[in-house]
Amino acid sequence: MVPLWWYILLGVVLFVIGAAGVLLRRNILVVLMSLELLLNSVNINFLAFGRQYGDFRGQIFAIFVIAITAAEVAVALGILVALVRNKSTLKVDDVTMMKG
Amino acid sequence: MDQGFFLLFASVSVIAALMVVVARNPVHSALALMACFLQISAIFVLLGAPFLAVIQLFVYVGAIMVLFLFVIMMIDVREAVLQRFLPGGNLSALVLLVLLGLEMVALVLRSGRFAVTEPVAPGGGDEIRQLSTTLFADYLLPFEVASVILLAALIGAIVLARKESG
Repeated sequence: MVPLWWYILLGVVLFVIGAAGVLLRRNILVVLMSLELLLNSVNINFLAFGRQYGDFRGQIFAIFVIAITAAEVAVALGILVALVRNKSTLKVDDVTMMKG
Repeated sequence: MDQGFFLLFASVSVIAALMVVVARNPVHSALALMACFLQISAIFVLLGAPFLAVIQLFVYVGAIMVLFLFVIMMIDVREAVLQRFLPGGNLSALVLLVLLGLEMVALVLRSGRFAVTEPVAPGGGDEIRQLSTTLFADYLLPFEVASVILLAALIGAIVLARKESG
C-alpha cells in the first residue's frame, strides 16, 4: 500500500512546479496551464486524505474543484481570445489596462 | 506492486509538469500538460477513486485540453514562441518559490503522523453509489450552485469570444 505522505509529496512537487509556471512565465497561455497544474495537485491531496480517512468528502470536493476549473478555463480562454483580438499580445506584462 | 506503479506515474507526471513550465512553445506545453493529466488520472485509480479518474479523463483531457489546443490554433502562436523563460527581474519570485517548496517538503517529511494509520477502505465495494448518495444528499445545494456557475461561465465565454460586429 502506498503511504499517504508519498501522495502529499507528489502534490507538493506539482504545486511548486505550477506556482513556478504562474510566477515566472510571461505567456498567458502557459500561466493558465500552470493554474491547471495547481488545481490538480490540490485534487491529489483531497483524494489522498479522503482515502486515508475513509471519507467521501475528499472525492466530492475534487468534483467541485473540477467543475469550477472547467468554468474558469472557459471564461479565461474567452478573455484571452478577446485580448488577442484587441491588443494582439500574449504577454502578461503588456496587459496593464487595470493598473491605476 | 502499487508502490512501483505509483513511482512510475508520479515520476512521469512530474517530468511532464516540468516540461509544461519549461517548454518555449505553448503547443508543447499543452501536450505535456495532457500527458501530466493522464498520469494523474492513473494516480486517481491507485487512490481508489475510479469515478474521479474517468471524470479527470473526460473533463481535463477531453474538454479542457481540446479547448486549449483550439485556442492555441486560433490565435497566432508564433509571436509567443520565443519568449524568455526567466527575465532578470524575477529573482524575488524565484526565492519565494524555493522557500515555498522547501517549507512544504519539510512540513510533509516532519509530520510522521501520516505514516501511522492504515488507510480506511471506504464503502466496501459499492463506492460510486455511496459517493453519489453523499453528493446528492448532503451536498445538493453546492451541486446546484456549481451547475449555475457552469451556466454563467458558458454564457460569459460566448459573450467574450464573440466578434464585436453584431
